[in-house]
Amino acid sequence: MRKDSEIRQFHAAKWHEPIVMELGRPGARGQVFADPEQTILDAVGDASALIPAAMRRKDRAELPEMTEFEVQRHYLHLSQMTLGMMGISLFGTCTMKYNSRMAEIATNRPELAETHPYQPAETLQGTMEIIHDFDLILRSLSGMDQFVFQPGGGADAAYTMTAVARAYWQAKGQLGKRDEVITSIQAHPCNAATAAAAGFKVVTLPLEENGYPSVEALKAAVSDRTALLMINNPDDMGIYNPDIKEWVRIVKQAGGLCFYDHANFNGVMGKLSARELGFDACMFMLHKTFGGPKGGGGPAVGAFGCSEELAPFLPTPVIVNNDGQYVLDEDRPQSSGKIREFWGNVPIVVKAYAWARCMGADGINLASDISVLANNYMDHKLSSIRGVAKSHPDFGKWRMEMTRWGLGPMQEETGIGTVEAANRMADFGIDPWWMSHEPWVVAEPFTPEAGELWSKEDLDQWIAGLQQISDEAYSNPELVKTAPHNQPIAQIKGDWLEDPEAWAMTWRAYQRKHPASGSDASGRSSATAAAGGD
Amino acid sequence: MTVESRAHPWMAISAPGVVEQMLQEIGAKTVDELFEQVPKDHYRKLPPDLPPTLLSEAELRRDLLGKLRKNRTCEEYLNFLGAGCWQHHVPSVVEEIVGRTEFMTNVWGSPQSDVGRNQAWFEFSSQLGALLNMDVVQLPVYSWGCAAGHAIRMAARLTGRKKVLVPKFIDPERLSVIRTYCEPAEMKSHIEVVLVEADPDSLCLDMEDLKSKISSDVAAVYFENPSYVGMIEAAGAEIAQLARNNGAETIVGVDPVSLGVITAPGDYGADIAVGPTQPLGVHMNGGGGVGGFLASRDEEHYVRQFNGFLVSITETMTPGEYGFGLACAHQNSYGMREDGNDWTGNSVYLWAVANAVYMSLLGPQGFVELGQLIISRAQFAASRLQSIDGVSVSSPTGFFKEFVVNFDGTGKSVAEINTGLMRSGIFGGKDLSAEIPELGQSALYCVTEIHNAADIETLVAAMAEVVQ
Repeated sequence: MRKDSEIRQFHAAKWHEPIVMELGRPGARGQVFADPEQTILDAVGDASALIPAAMRRKDRAELPEMTEFEVQRHYLHLSQMTLGMMGISLFGTCTMKYNSRMAEIATNRPELAETHPYQPAETLQGTMEIIHDFDLILRSLSGMDQFVFQPGGGADAAYTMTAVARAYWQAKGQLGKRDEVITSIQAHPCNAATAAAAGFKVVTLPLEENGYPSVEALKAAVSDRTALLMINNPDDMGIYNPDIKEWVRIVKQAGGLCFYDHANFNGVMGKLSARELGFDACMFMLHKTFGGPKGGGGPAVGAFGCSEELAPFLPTPVIVNNDGQYVLDEDRPQSSGKIREFWGNVPIVVKAYAWARCMGADGINLASDISVLANNYMDHKLSSIRGVAKSHPDFGKWRMEMTRWGLGPMQEETGIGTVEAANRMADFGIDPWWMSHEPWVVAEPFTPEAGELWSKEDLDQWIAGLQQISDEAYSNPELVKTAPHNQPIAQIKGDWLEDPEAWAMTWRAYQRKHPASGSDASGRSSATAAAGGD
Repeated sequence: MTVESRAHPWMAISAPGVVEQMLQEIGAKTVDELFEQVPKDHYRKLPPDLPPTLLSEAELRRDLLGKLRKNRTCEEYLNFLGAGCWQHHVPSVVEEIVGRTEFMTNVWGSPQSDVGRNQAWFEFSSQLGALLNMDVVQLPVYSWGCAAGHAIRMAARLTGRKKVLVPKFIDPERLSVIRTYCEPAEMKSHIEVVLVEADPDSLCLDMEDLKSKISSDVAAVYFENPSYVGMIEAAGAEIAQLARNNGAETIVGVDPVSLGVITAPGDYGADIAVGPTQPLGVHMNGGGGVGGFLASRDEEHYVRQFNGFLVSITETMTPGEYGFGLACAHQNSYGMREDGNDWTGNSVYLWAVANAVYMSLLGPQGFVELGQLIISRAQFAASRLQSIDGVSVSSPTGFFKEFVVNFDGTGKSVAEINTGLMRSGIFGGKDLSAEIPELGQSALYCVTEIHNAADIETLVAAMAEVVQ
């Protein structure tokens, strides 16, 4: 048997780490601040007298009192108790990539970290140049005419689209009449949700047997009430809608706008242009496709780009190059209004710029080639594992950069479904997979996305992990059901999470609702005492 | 496709021969064949026209730093800009922890494999809850303005009402975001934003105007403490009572670094609290450090209206062991699509870890010292500036770290003064003259723990020269 097909042994760090509120001792300090200088004390007197009596805080905030080292050690322990892509993560729809350490270090320098967005523009030319250069890169990749970076994630970029669409229809005098947004059940939930939060009625198209909604269904949905189409392509099943140009034509013929949610850009980057396909706007996730770190869910950037026709409605400011001087254009009277304060998560834009420069046009094209190849390699190997089922098994064509799989047969035959198997994957140092966005159109779904980062050996390890779980499911399902076994904690119990009498989003609430579960009564007591006493 | 002769450092499969080997294993001849789903006429006509590739880290670094060095920084300049993005000390341990690859690079795992990060998130909420004296704290949203927007929409759903009262002296960036969230008047779910006047002397909320505008059709009263122009809202309890008497929710925007010395919003009647997270250990990052928190009392009808991620402590299969999970996960847009509360997605969750570390480092006494130091130095700066001929402070007491400096008596505009200060290496306060014309030629100055007495004297000396 080849080495790659054997799964590597792993055990996570297990520190029995107390909650930070349980650590420390009265009077301990982690950071101290200077006393006000004598000249200041002489001039302004006692600080508390400067606060109106009604607003002087009387209680001490119930925060931990710890030394600097104890705080450092506690959070280092927590980082070690986070698997965090230290093994292999093929977390589908998120396009796991290497995050350049050099770019991270560059953005931590004061030239970026210690700058204020209201500094005079002439003192922020470096940041503005990078943002503008990156805007040009995205324009070239998409065919759009202007990008903004204010949206704080992909969903926020979808929300930006709905706000821009409102401003567009307002200018046309049709806001209120154009009150419908069309999307598909396979589009990311944020498209439907942001459209609704922007005040639109959402029309969701179902999927046909071939994996995407029919042209007829779209035609039936489109009308003079259609404000906007929000759609991704390919979808999370690795299926590309070949009718997409016709879709755009139909919606535009009815006067509607078309938004390309480019969440799944990795398989087509360098090959497709959203504008050439007819779209009015698109968004890219810089924290996914463009190599920015994900941070466990941000700070992120949903770069929003649009045609010249929509550009007047963009949120401000827009960074403009005036003969080599970069300026902030705030004077855009038709602007949708701001989506978020300031210009966006600037460090992520800089990191994405660094990614694009290091990849280059050829590298980007190669990365989409590799992503699609690696996914089809995964498909090839996964299809021979017992209990595993591919979405749309009769589709008959190579898939794009990810494929929706399911453990429906395994679940029926052994009781082991996607949650149990994902938990067991962690025992091999492999991050639990992404299952599927709601609704689940495949039973017990899981969605591996190989991307361009991982080696063939990594992919083989991942496949070996699933193979072992399959073997276990059919021979010793209890082992999988009770997983994980090599993680910092055992399976969590979910019964507190929906119970108002039990849930506790803060330590205050926990102490109030579960007085008997405190450290005195639990198996934690020894760990707490040990950590608090040294 | 031809594999480049030199492998790319970020792509293992770009090593020579690997693509061919994988193609062979799956039974395909070329990579192009794998793209059979994409119709030929969908392909772009020309390849993207991108700048030259910088494959070498050394070359790429040089390009990045060459550009970034064109910036001037708030370490080189003495900075008095605040207004939604503030210069505070960032402890080094915070930087180490948020730079940890386990926290920084990954997205999600399971409650077990990500227990460390989930615990850090719970500790973010727990410590912020202790500062706010509130029991429910959600993971942060994108910014203070976004948090205020969500809070107002929560209040509208809770009350079934479509109007919110907001102070007139509010950050225009934040107000713009709030208006976006409240939707244009043409939309059926539009929430009307009504501005409440400020008292011309105290710059605090004008209570008479508030009383005249509040009624049984108001979903929420939103006010800030300290306010945009820096003032501590002494009548907070009275405002909350007034809201309650009219069946409206009280939403308070607070700066968490003030909470060592200023009363917690949970103690004067806030139903929902929002505010910025950037002051808690995140660099300004050119405005890219912002985040917004959202907290409430622990009553089910509030909890059921949150839009994002609520991390609850819970039990595990091992007795006495802590675990963490998402409470009420099915009310957000991941589970409910357009029927969820607003929407959620990636936000600024890494900064929540930074905030947790920051709050642990400061502890209760750190927040007291920080608050006292800031308010003392800000008050000192205000009184020293006021000693300059023609310069006055619009409301000379009762502010926290920001205050309005008026230059009408100098005959000079804020723009002229800030240009003059730049020559002395100083970023003057934010120009308010266009956004709040009734305050004349005024600027919003921000003084924090990073400004010592000598820095303030440097400002005063430069200012005295500039206004001459």
